[in-house]
Amino acid sequence: MSAPATPEQVRGLVADLLAAHDPATTDRLAFLRARWAAGLAWVNFPVGLGGLGAPRALQQVVDAELAAAGAPDNDPRRIGIGLGMAAPTILTFGSDEVKQRFLRPLWTGEEVWCQLFSEPGAGSDLAALGTRARRDGDDWVVTGQKVWTSQAQTARWAILVTRTDPDVPKHAGMTYFLCDMHAPGVEVRPLRQVTGEAEFNEVFLTDVRIPDAHRLGAVGEGWKVAQTTLMNERVAIGGRATPREGGMIGVVADTWRARPELHTPEALDRLTALWVESEALRLAGARQRQQLAAGSVGPEGSAMKLAFARLAQELSGFEVELLGEDGLRYSDWTMVRPEIVDFTGRDAGYRYLRAKGNSIEGGTSEILRNIIAERVLGLPSEPRVDKDVAWKDLPR
Amino acid sequence: MSEPDLLYTDVEEELRASVRSLLADRADAAEVLGRVESAQPLDLDLWRTLAVEVGATSLPVPEALGGQGASWRETAVVAEELGRSVAPVPFLGSAVLASATLLHLLGQGADANAEALLSRLAEGAATAVLAVPLSAFPGSPLAPVSDHGGALSGSIRSVADATAADVLIVPAGTVLHLVEAATATVKPVVSLDLTRPVSDIELTASPSVALAGDGAAAVRAALLVGAGVLASEQVGVAEWCLTTTVAYLKERYQFGRPVGSFQALKHRLADLWQRVALARAAARAAADALATGARDLEITVRVAQALCAQTAVHAAEEALQLHGGIGMTWEHPVHLYLKRAKADEIALGTPGRHRAALAPLVGLTA
Repeated sequence: MSAPATPEQVRGLVADLLAAHDPATTDRLAFLRARWAAGLAWVNFPVGLGGLGAPRALQQVVDAELAAAGAPDNDPRRIGIGLGMAAPTILTFGSDEVKQRFLRPLWTGEEVWCQLFSEPGAGSDLAALGTRARRDGDDWVVTGQKVWTSQAQTARWAILVTRTDPDVPKHAGMTYFLCDMHAPGVEVRPLRQVTGEAEFNEVFLTDVRIPDAHRLGAVGEGWKVAQTTLMNERVAIGGRATPREGGMIGVVADTWRARPELHTPEALDRLTALWVESEALRLAGARQRQQLAAGSVGPEGSAMKLAFARLAQELSGFEVELLGEDGLRYSDWTMVRPEIVDFTGRDAGYRYLRAKGNSIEGGTSEILRNIIAERVLGLPSEPRVDKDVAWKDLPR
Repeated sequence: MSEPDLLYTDVEEELRASVRSLLADRADAAEVLGRVESAQPLDLDLWRTLAVEVGATSLPVPEALGGQGASWRETAVVAEELGRSVAPVPFLGSAVLASATLLHLLGQGADANAEALLSRLAEGAATAVLAVPLSAFPGSPLAPVSDHGGALSGSIRSVADATAADVLIVPAGTVLHLVEAATATVKPVVSLDLTRPVSDIELTASPSVALAGDGAAAVRAALLVGAGVLASEQVGVAEWCLTTTVAYLKERYQFGRPVGSFQALKHRLADLWQRVALARAAARAAADALATGARDLEITVRVAQALCAQTAVHAAEEALQLHGGIGMTWEHPVHLYLKRAKADEIALGTPGRHRAALAPLVGLTA
């Protein structure tokens, strides 16, 4: 069977699925598994792995048709790390057994995934990471500490980067694994953040055994595998269409409209300036999507994230200041464990504090500026003093 | 509301290429710098070539009037390239503001004089300006011009491109009049922007022909078109500043390294690149809205002008600073871009005025 290439063809497949499995009477998980079997989970994936080998753009058609029919979805916001990062990496580097074992429960949400990359001593310099994996027969034994892990408390599996050879320069001695979060030696501790809540975790790994069959890519090629994961993370962050006044500007503009007693001419001009920039950011996002659809991948994605972080911070800071008396209050400092993070949720104080993370998570704004300067503008790179030094000899 | 097309079409890219190669040939930095202190800073030969050979003046004019029946999108691409080379030609005054005024009037109803002038502008047989200060903005009050039986008197300060004009389109009250430039006094003044100098116009009982239609509405519409197209010029100015500075920082060595390898400078350029990317999206949206007559045209234009004006100034200021001492010299062209960017910030409404007009349009009221 050749892959469907037109919206009509995939609409036909969606109609077949809906006819055979009425969403109104079918159990949610059963429906999701049937959707997987029909190749309508992610149509760009291969046949047999939830896809049809079809163009990625056709997924929008499938999603829209199924949403219109009232079909359950896989709650993508809850399993974003699995869908956006683990899945493309497993697809690229996993053995057939690994793909068959992991991709379906990942997509249906039966197994939640988390990411064990950052460490206390390896943030922007991820390649300096020191979590050690040592070979022991058919297994690897892993010891170390990871940090900033969201969903670790609910995750069944993790993508994990380790140090397997400390005697070579940092990029050369890493290996990538799939780690069972229920394995003995895995300990998850909440990491409370400035908002009071604990969205993230610290994960302590003590002599955790991982079968060699759960290695992705060759021993020593963990950096290359991790690059695939991180590239997909940037795509996932930059991709969605937003309406005018979507996101933080909409929340702040609504506050402005609801509270005329707070208005000053100075504040109005500041808010309008932020409205202008938010609209330009929205248009730049639309322009990037049009470029992708036309088949050219522009580097605008990193511009988007820089501007997004700056605007989220300025807007949320403006709102707290505007609110005056109410800006002095905060909803709740209790340490809760949110499953879904909403940057525009809760109250103004929360939005202000949470937005501080926007210029740190997923690549700091400083690292993004380096990337733009070097890869887009072609400026010379920073002197690399650690390039030829064995990992174990790096100053730390 | 369908999404605006924010890319450049193949046809637009071809047009860009032909304008760019003409400007590379005829308006390089040394040529422009050499001209700005001469008696006629505007390059009228280049202007003629642009109009007659490239057809840059006829893009938005209907084919029935001798135009190409294209749109403001293509005009904006020409403006972007002219901004990139700060070419001293009366494009904004004639091909944008004067043409947009006439197009709006003709949209209201037929007028033989307006049609005839627009055809001549399109084919490059004449140059005209809308006789308003370059600082005029959509909705701004205009200088009083008295009309005694068709004889116009009044003073209009700081009009761009007027020294090249054969015909002045003069607002008097709500009526527009055509005045032969030879019957008025057009006095060039020493201008901040060397490549788009302004002049004062003095009318003393100058004979005129009145045009049919609501002139005030036509002026307002033309200033909005001008503000939208100017956003693309500002993107061109900013783009030149960015690429020129990046190239310079790669070849300039201090402390034994290219200065472009210092993070303090790389980050400033990365930020600038990011701002230019946003400005380009906003300018393309404005050009597309002008071309399609989008319902949210005014919002889109005011967003673009508020943002692009500031981006061009910021880019030029960064370019000067990051060039160091050489950037402060008359010999280096960066000052031409700084002066253009700063004058463009005032032109057709400052960012603050556009924000003030935008706010109520998007439901943000005092």
